[in-house]
Amino acid sequence: MISMIQRHIDTDILIIGGGTAGCFAAITLGKEKEIRVLLAEKANIRRSGCLAAGVNALNAYITKGKTPQDYVDYARRDAAGIVREDLLFSMAERLNHAAEELERLGVVILKDKQGEYVARGDRNIKINGENIKPVLARAAAEQENVTVLNHVNITDYLVKDNRIYGACGFDVREEVFYEICAGAVICATGGAAGLYRPGHAGFSRHKMWYPPFNTGAGYAMGIRAGAEMTTFEMRFIALRCKDTIAPTGTIAQGAGARQINAYGEEYEEKYGLTTSQRVYGTVRENKEGRGPCYLKTKGIAEKQEQDLYKAYLNMAPSQYVRWVESGKGPAQENVEIEGTEPYIVGGHTASGYWVDGDRQTTIRGLFAAGDVAGGCPQKYVTGALAEGEIAAEAAYRYIKAEEKSKEISAGAAYPYSKAEGESKETSAADKKAEYEAYLSGEEALFTADDLEEAMQETMDRYAGGIGSGYGYRESGLKTAAEKIASIEKLSQKLHAADMDDLLRIYELKERLTVCQAVIAHLSARKETRWRGFGENLDYPQEDAAWEKYVNSRMENGTIRVFERELVKGGAAYEHTH
Amino acid sequence: MSIRIETDRCSGCGRCCEVCPGNLIRRSADGKADIRRRQDCWGCTSCLKECKTGAILFYLGADIGGRGSVLSVSQKGDIKIWSVTDPGGNVQKIAVNSKESNQY
Ligand SMILES: Cc1cc2nc3c(=O)[nH]c(=O)nc-3n(C[C@H](O)[C@H](O)[C@H](O)COP(=O)(O)OP(=O)(O)OC[C@H]3O[C@@H](n4cnc5c(N)ncnc54)[C@H](O)[C@@H]3O)c2cc1C
Ligand code: SF4
Ligand code: SF4
Repeated sequence: MISMIQRHIDTDILIIGGGTAGCFAAITLGKEKEIRVLLAEKANIRRSGCLAAGVNALNAYITKGKTPQDYVDYARRDAAGIVREDLLFSMAERLNHAAEELERLGVVILKDKQGEYVARGDRNIKINGENIKPVLARAAAEQENVTVLNHVNITDYLVKDNRIYGACGFDVREEVFYEICAGAVICATGGAAGLYRPGHAGFSRHKMWYPPFNTGAGYAMGIRAGAEMTTFEMRFIALRCKDTIAPTGTIAQGAGARQINAYGEEYEEKYGLTTSQRVYGTVRENKEGRGPCYLKTKGIAEKQEQDLYKAYLNMAPSQYVRWVESGKGPAQENVEIEGTEPYIVGGHTASGYWVDGDRQTTIRGLFAAGDVAGGCPQKYVTGALAEGEIAAEAAYRYIKAEEKSKEISAGAAYPYSKAEGESKETSAADKKAEYEAYLSGEEALFTADDLEEAMQETMDRYAGGIGSGYGYRESGLKTAAEKIASIEKLSQKLHAADMDDLLRIYELKERLTVCQAVIAHLSARKETRWRGFGENLDYPQEDAAWEKYVNSRMENGTIRVFERELVKGGAAYEHTH
Repeated sequence: MSIRIETDRCSGCGRCCEVCPGNLIRRSADGKADIRRRQDCWGCTSCLKECKTGAILFYLGADIGGRGSVLSVSQKGDIKIWSVTDPGGNVQKIAVNSKESNQY
């Protein structure tokens, strides 16, 4: 039997995930020198998460003449009404401040002669986003009161009586178990990729849009701890350059390229211009035999082509390799486009934790920010930063209020660990035993890879993946639920030869939990609201009766789905826990 | 989609192992960097940018149309020089200044 080394850490605020939102939460808390902050990251914050390769532009910005309310209205229309207007508004108010902070930290933003940021379209500004992650990471690590714990994968929260007191996880290289006790926790682990069979399932299976290392850990931990979740049925499907899955917006908005079908006909207007309608148009054209579809770039000027090369090297280098090695750049050949497999990503759509204005979840002391937080789509980089800041400020207020009520001073070992010692020891110890059981034991029949493939096949076929044209039915979803449940059972019997294997097992387990929630949500919404993101073939029309949220909570191991009325028109939602 | 590590050029500094967002690169027994599962690479090129000796090359899988060219990068001050070398040994270079914003 393997026995892991155990490390215990006490901190005031624990941030899980050092990506965009997590780093900015740490930077924000750097101002509160008297508290200790721990940032736990499964990779290394220098290049982890969505920003690893760089980004193209800041997609969320209030450009001249526009207001935060305009942004709210845009996001609401784009999501066909299923958004939290209160969350969108408080995010939108901070977007420009977030952009200015990025510039202050060292990200290059294009300015005109008057010193104003140069807009790209209505809501974007132009930057050099290649080094955005190292810049954010450096600033986070520089804060005196912030400790960064790289290469530690968090798998579970420590919760008692619906109040969080920490989390536990393991070192991804050494046999070390971590138990971290904290007064408050901010979850910023991003969204979930790899639930569905990707476009290329073989050698290039990880050539996907969303980072394959964001495996939905934050969602899964929350679901298992009984947190309320929202809108998992609103999956995100990206329209991307075929094969390389590089973004298309740069070509479309930057070089003004239109979408055309195989006959050279422009088809965008025919289907509507929301994000999901754009995907739907391309899917439909293909289905009806008018594909492949392209972005019409042929004939662009040489200077434009060179600028595109540089822009892609700053965010999606594989597209550059593609252009160069085929001997045909975008000026000579139109760029073929396709839809990706579905992702769950609360920074683009509205899936994630059900939070209040402070980004506090339904578990006391647990906050969520960025792609893991629900209700607030179209966040992108600046919105993730804004939420990181909101959550950090609120978590700080929360621990201050708790300190007052418990009359303890900052710097002491965290009170819950003492007051509730017994149950804390047991649940962390259980987790350690679970890791050790995977590491001990015998070679299993299946590997995590085998089960991942089975999960992706199931989701693809029965829960509306690429293979089923993004369509699904009640009967298929039932099959999907059964199959995922049986794969989940098999996942308990896997064997890890080392810590790397253990990481892959937990990544699989997280995805399986998220799949359960996706299936439950898809079958609950009996209409088709975001056609490009999925079609409920039993209910192919939009239905006004479904202008409400589909929310869920795990109770005794199963996901219970319920509805909530929309929060809109200046109203704010508060928890009543 | 993956990377290849040229072990003769690898100094064993460990920077690539540290930075890969997927924890995919380890040092093997001889101290050199090694990617255990090539098919797990996302293609972010973080490891290439981090490597001071240019030991890491990036390529597209044949399943997504890769034709055997490799991408590498070197840095001089604010300038990154990206090179694509095709199987015939022809090299195409492009310089990108990290102080200049994207035009698009
Ligand atoms: C390829 C790509 C291109 C994009 N381009 C743009 C763009 O041009 N403009 C724009 O505005 N937006 C863009 N976006 C969107 C934007 O980058 C994201 O919405 C935003 O970065 C999300 O921030 P986040 O903090 O929620 O997630 P991330 O930045 O991904 O952070 C999540 C972090 O959590 C860590 N983590 C995950 N699980 C665990 C665990 N169990 N334990 C510990 N740590 C964990 C991850 O390693 C990661 O560091 C792009 C996104 C992608 C994927
Ligand atoms: S960064 Fe380069 S030199 Fe250093 S270990 Fe990796 S491959 Fe070798
Ligand atoms: S390209 Fe990115 S994902 Fe692939 S090995 Fe290098 S750092 Fe890791």
